[in-house]
Amino acid sequence: MPNPILRLFHKLRFLARREKFDADLAEEMAYHRELKQRDLQSADPALSPQEARYAISREFGNDLHLRDRSRDIVGFWFETTLQDFRFSLRQLRKNLGFTVTAILMLALGIAASVSIFAFTDAALLKPLPYKDPNRLVSVFERVALFEHSNLSIPDYLDWKKRNNAFTTLEAYRGNLVMLQGKEGVESVGAGRVSDGFFRVLGVTPVLGRDFATGEDVLSAPRTAMLAYLTWLKRYNSDPNVIGQSVTIDGNPHTIIGVLPPEFHFVPVEPAEYWITLHPEGQCDLRRGCHGIYGVARLKDGVTLQQAQADTASIAAQLEKEYPDSNRGQASNVVPLSQYIVGDVKPIMLMLLGGAGLLLAIAAINIASLVLVRTESRRRELAVRGALGASPIRLIRQFVTEALVLVGTGSILGLAFAYWTTRLLAHLVPADLLAHMAFWQNLSFSPRVFAFAALLAFLAAILFSLTPTVRTSLPEVRDGLAEGSRGSANNTWRRLGSKLVVLELATAVILLVIAGLLGKSLYRLLRVDVGFQPDHIATLFVAAPNATYAKEDQALALHRLMLDKLRPIPGVKAVGVSSALPIDGWGNTTWFRVLGRPWNGEHEEVAERDVSTDYFTVLGAKLVRGRYFNDNDQKSTPRVVIINRAFEKKYFPGEDALTKQISFLSTPPVPIQIVGVVEDIKEGQLDSGTYPALYFSFLQGPDNYFMLAVRTSQAETSVIPSLVEAIRQIDPAIAATRGASMNTLINNSPAAYIHRSSAWLVGGFAALALILSVVGLYGVIAYSVSQRTREIGVRMALGAQRSSVYQLVLGEAGRLALIGIAAGLLLAVGAAVSMRSLLFGVRSWDLTTLIGVSVVLAVAALLASYIPAHRAATVDPVVALRTE
Amino acid sequence: MTKPDLLPGTLDMLILKTLTRAPLHGYGIALSIKRLSQDVLTVEEGSLYPALQRLLLQGWVKAEWKMTETNRRARFYTLTATGRKQLGAELSQFHQVIAAITRILQDA
Repeated sequence: MPNPILRLFHKLRFLARREKFDADLAEEMAYHRELKQRDLQSADPALSPQEARYAISREFGNDLHLRDRSRDIVGFWFETTLQDFRFSLRQLRKNLGFTVTAILMLALGIAASVSIFAFTDAALLKPLPYKDPNRLVSVFERVALFEHSNLSIPDYLDWKKRNNAFTTLEAYRGNLVMLQGKEGVESVGAGRVSDGFFRVLGVTPVLGRDFATGEDVLSAPRTAMLAYLTWLKRYNSDPNVIGQSVTIDGNPHTIIGVLPPEFHFVPVEPAEYWITLHPEGQCDLRRGCHGIYGVARLKDGVTLQQAQADTASIAAQLEKEYPDSNRGQASNVVPLSQYIVGDVKPIMLMLLGGAGLLLAIAAINIASLVLVRTESRRRELAVRGALGASPIRLIRQFVTEALVLVGTGSILGLAFAYWTTRLLAHLVPADLLAHMAFWQNLSFSPRVFAFAALLAFLAAILFSLTPTVRTSLPEVRDGLAEGSRGSANNTWRRLGSKLVVLELATAVILLVIAGLLGKSLYRLLRVDVGFQPDHIATLFVAAPNATYAKEDQALALHRLMLDKLRPIPGVKAVGVSSALPIDGWGNTTWFRVLGRPWNGEHEEVAERDVSTDYFTVLGAKLVRGRYFNDNDQKSTPRVVIINRAFEKKYFPGEDALTKQISFLSTPPVPIQIVGVVEDIKEGQLDSGTYPALYFSFLQGPDNYFMLAVRTSQAETSVIPSLVEAIRQIDPAIAATRGASMNTLINNSPAAYIHRSSAWLVGGFAALALILSVVGLYGVIAYSVSQRTREIGVRMALGAQRSSVYQLVLGEAGRLALIGIAAGLLLAVGAAVSMRSLLFGVRSWDLTTLIGVSVVLAVAALLASYIPAHRAATVDPVVALRTE
Repeated sequence: MTKPDLLPGTLDMLILKTLTRAPLHGYGIALSIKRLSQDVLTVEEGSLYPALQRLLLQGWVKAEWKMTETNRRARFYTLTATGRKQLGAELSQFHQVIAAITRILQDA
């Protein structure tokens, strides 16, 4: 029975006195040999002492090997591993160029993949902070224009009462509200929800209580809940915040609770305060005015399809009961998670795929470089094999080296990933980042580390297998003798060349797409918007409902504001609109043309309410008729200005100025068309142009509006004076989001999507370029190392250096040419398939294609120059003797 | 190689048995095995010394440096009590296996 303690004792003793062990063993073996020699001589006296000694040595075998094996038995298992480790470090330090390149490439590849995975994980894998989130659904109405259209409050109440598919249906909507602070009024995000909203999500407040049933009707007391971050930042985590009052939109609200820190609700984020619906005002109570969205929990056993059918039948009932408001309003039910991540999911998966591809290419590159090194170590490995190293020992060596490489690369990669994650977060514009709450405070979850570990594991396997497979044992013996010209070489050369061509093509594709996107951005920012965006300062103005909700109050404020703002130095003209250009075509209204047969159809077009000087401020062009003037009052007949697109669609070949339209009321109130204005880009830069109606602000004033001011000097210098003037009128009025029109255009969604994607694809393209350059270098260097003897022969026979350059560069050039050509073809194909993303740029834009080809040709030249130079400067004598 | 190899796993047993008579040094053990088997079995030095290390580790033999007749230092291995017990166990196991194999070969 083996005694483990005794064994341990022996091993420790060996560890402490290794030299004595070695010396003892050597002496023992020497004595053994002597005795054997003596016996041999006595058995055969004709043998000379010399010959006897040789005979013994041959029989005895390898001294060192013997010693090693004895040591193996007595030593701890990790001692040989330590030996391997030290040896690997020495080897890697000797080939510093290879080591640094390999580690850097691996680190970059891992950093890119891990950081993108972190984003994907936060968006798609991390569970939503609600109870049983896969039973939650988003509920919408559906109209021809919008798949996910909002609900009206009366519709929501009917759906809530009549449905059979949900445990409960709740409502929400995101708002910007006016928060009364010490310094004045601030515009903050808030969520307006029904009383059971948090209960349907399964969220309980971490302090205080939830909204009570019935706390969302107008008559109920006004209460508010705080987001955790709000409690932290604005109230310093004060536990006595419950019961305090906060003034929102001019109304005092009692704080009743604080939400948990992990809670977020993306469709409404960023939301600092959560208040109840409290429907009031003309829009909230009308069935035809849609302002809220629905969220519901499916009953146990109810499927999504059943819920869809259920809501569809209710929508059909309402269509019959209320034809004026509900005609054409169908329903739509989708899972909440799908609604939240829907847009983002395909992009994230694509990015992840791209990063994975780049990492794979980086890994293959490194494997190819490892191969180049293995080739130059063939002699060393052969000698070691001859000295008695078992295959296992050699493989262990490769594995140790691979582990050292991968270990360093991964740790560096994880460190880089920290920075690349911050960098990627910058690419997402601030508004979107605030909206996609799951990307706030991005941290690496255990899943992310597991992913990184998986990548490292796969890389380690690849880098250990490559040299192992390459140096199969019979070849080790050959390696000592002639230069090996086995078929395995050619296989790798062909494989390596194909891979490099693939890498070059990938780099070309990515560079071309990045170039096209960049050009699209350039064109986008120069699109004709139909007005002069220079020197326009804008502000969002919100006057509290309490004092300005009524029309005559709003009108009086409007006049006062114009009087106060016009004389400010630097101000040339002051205009007001319900929404500014480059916003969206979503503010719509239904209308009909008077004098034409009508059967209750809903014609929907964009609409704006604008002041008299608005078009002058914008610098728009009047085609026919007139702009609004001060004679267009509440008391005079209603007037409207149409845009060109409207005229073309509804009055082709007729004079619009003689026509009248009206809303869908009965009896219809006629509205006279008094002017036609040249198309203004009300929607995003890359959207088309649609019909639009402009009504006079004086005939439909509001207390929430956008202010547009034409300035004679820099916009940013005028904005503070505007804000101050408004504050002097009434400090309770919020004048926020001051920006020049150009800034708004540059930060509009279309612009930043193009900008971000151009940068992102550009980043990938840069990585791909580096990888393909290194890959090309690897293949050419390998090929040169295989042909060193051939080159030596050529030079010995009198070939000039230039011909050697020609040889190597020629091979590189051939590969580069094929790669670039294939890449260009595929790039055009890719560009054609994504032409919806491109703006104002042809898919086969010549300048971009030529530019990318030149960049890649130069890079390929640089990559192949180093091995070419090395080949040309080789000493023919050395080359001939090599291998 | 025309000479048959040692059965695997039996080297330890043979060494222990050899040492039951008297303490021997490495060469002496190899010689003894060669003679007693009438030149059928030869122990390679490459297997002998690692095996001796193994036996030392398990505590079945102990080693001492002693002076030989020719006034040279040599390491002599002696069987210990535990070694003797181990030998007994291995012998009985070996006999069992041989008996079983013999039965199978006889029936065939």
